[in-house]
Amino acid sequence: MKEMTYRDAIREGLWEEMKRDDRVCLLGEDIGVYGGAYKVTRGLLDEFGPMRVLDTPMSEALIAGAAVGMALVGLRPVAEIMYIDFVTLAMDQIVNQAAKFHFMTGGKVKVPMVLRTQGGTGRSAAAQHSQSLEAWFVHIPGLKVVMPATPADAKGLIKAAIRDENPVIFIEHKGLYNLKGPVPEEEQIIEIGKADVKKEGKDLSIISYSKMLHTCLSAAEKLEEEGISTEVLDLRSLRPMDDEAIKKSAEKTGRVLVVTEANKTAGTSAEIFARVTELVPKARVARIAGKDVVIGCSPVLEKSSIPSEEEIIEAAKKLLES
Amino acid sequence: MKHLKTPESLLFYMMLIREFELKIAEMFAYGKLAGTMFHLSVGQEATSVGTIAALEEGDFISSHHRGHGHMIALGADIKLMMAEMFGKRTGYCKGKGGSMHIADIELGNLGANGIVGAGIPIATGAAYAVRYRGGKQVVLCPFGDGAVNEGVFHESLNFAALHKLPIVYVIENNQYAMSTSVTKSTSITDLYKRACAYGISGEFVDGMDVEAVLETTKKAVERARRGEGPTLIESRTYRYYGHSRSDPAPYRTKEEEEEWKQRDPIKQYQRKLIERGIITENDVKKMGEEIQKILDEAVKFADESPYPEPSEIFEDIYA
Repeated sequence: MKEMTYRDAIREGLWEEMKRDDRVCLLGEDIGVYGGAYKVTRGLLDEFGPMRVLDTPMSEALIAGAAVGMALVGLRPVAEIMYIDFVTLAMDQIVNQAAKFHFMTGGKVKVPMVLRTQGGTGRSAAAQHSQSLEAWFVHIPGLKVVMPATPADAKGLIKAAIRDENPVIFIEHKGLYNLKGPVPEEEQIIEIGKADVKKEGKDLSIISYSKMLHTCLSAAEKLEEEGISTEVLDLRSLRPMDDEAIKKSAEKTGRVLVVTEANKTAGTSAEIFARVTELVPKARVARIAGKDVVIGCSPVLEKSSIPSEEEIIEAAKKLLES
Repeated sequence: MKHLKTPESLLFYMMLIREFELKIAEMFAYGKLAGTMFHLSVGQEATSVGTIAALEEGDFISSHHRGHGHMIALGADIKLMMAEMFGKRTGYCKGKGGSMHIADIELGNLGANGIVGAGIPIATGAAYAVRYRGGKQVVLCPFGDGAVNEGVFHESLNFAALHKLPIVYVIENNQYAMSTSVTKSTSITDLYKRACAYGISGEFVDGMDVEAVLETTKKAVERARRGEGPTLIESRTYRYYGHSRSDPAPYRTKEEEEEWKQRDPIKQYQRKLIERGIITENDVKKMGEEIQKILDEAVKFADESPYPEPSEIFEDIYA
């Protein structure tokens, strides 16, 4: 194992895949000379040149659409949309094109592309640069959606996403880039659609993903100190979702708390909640999600829009009492 | 394209497109087809055939909702096309795509599209991929006059011009985006003039004259193949029918329709080839008979083919 940041782990994953397969190329805004808004692609331009690390104009629909076209003709593009909030400008190409081409052609063509983006709060980036919009993609058959929470998962999943024959939406979290963690020395490909138990427990399960996972892990430690054995399941992939892992954990503990940074109404927490009740009808389920608000700039406002550790602990205790 | 090298073949494929579309209208009236989303390209045959004739085998094209003509000009199997229109599993896309999404990558068709303009960035990406792989192919990217007002038109042409990509953009200007005429939707109605905003060549061509379309497209394709970048061609044409089978076209006059029909691309070309002594009236008649035979066989094939099993909806979502 080696220690590295989430940012470096993704970069290393990209670098290895570009070394392995010369069809893999990157395109996006400011990913070359500038190294990306969060420096994930820093150094790749020097290594692979401007053909394979393509700085595009401010044209999100073109970025997504060109990636579809490149994939159709045999490349394996990794397109970057700088902030998930900007996908509104590219949504047709993702939802109507990338997700549908394989089906619409009766399976004759494939669209092996990755769309990397990042979301979430934590940097006072305000209403148009902080959202958690993953539910939009999770809703679309034809797409895969992954949201890693650790450096090792990020590296293993970006490699899997690049090797996948389908369009994969790879959503990073801006608050995780500096997070350090162990990453295997040897090559590791993490299967898309597989959740991971990040902490074992027997009284209660918390299901989460991405940065909120870490808040849940911290809450679980505190609960443990109070004698409550808490399991934490990291979904890692939201489409396909690992029903087997959800079922296993829910059956084991009988009590499930779903926690997401994404806001509540029609969000991912609703889907996960519903799955738990479908898979294990006798389980008691609760959820805590981001508030149904517009994210504010002030750190105070921003913080109050997403679940806190205290809220998670309180909800966990309430669930145990029920 | 090898099958479009002679004047007779240009005429034959235009006639085949026309008769295919008329057969679709007939089958629609009989209730044989899947849905009402059939966008006929009657009147626009010279543009489909003339542009595609300028390509070589191995080149690519992105198609759109009015795309039957592109497929036929590429040399598609009429049986598989008809079956797709009928919603049958023997169709090009197993009945999953239908009229609006009919395509076959083996013919070089990257996909037809139900979203106006959406094929433009896809074709542009394909052209980038050709450059990336050091290939010599060219991408033909046709779209209607409505598409020039979509944002992706601008995003794509700017990018293609910047990188001198091997792509030829063709505005099939039939002058109506559904019901809205170019004069009511677009500030500069000479659409080819938009090329100057990107520093690329803009060409105007009479879209009712197949040889003119072929010549103009050929020059653009050669330029693209030489690495000299994209061209924007405006091929001005007319669709004789409404936008789809549910549109009687109340937004334009019968006089206007008649005026355009006077310049019918097929009749015009038949006359021209007879005058030049290349074909006779009898040859035209024989072509018509051959086409009817092809279409009759296609209808029989489509009619007798099975529908997909309901469970096939779960297949081909993921590769």
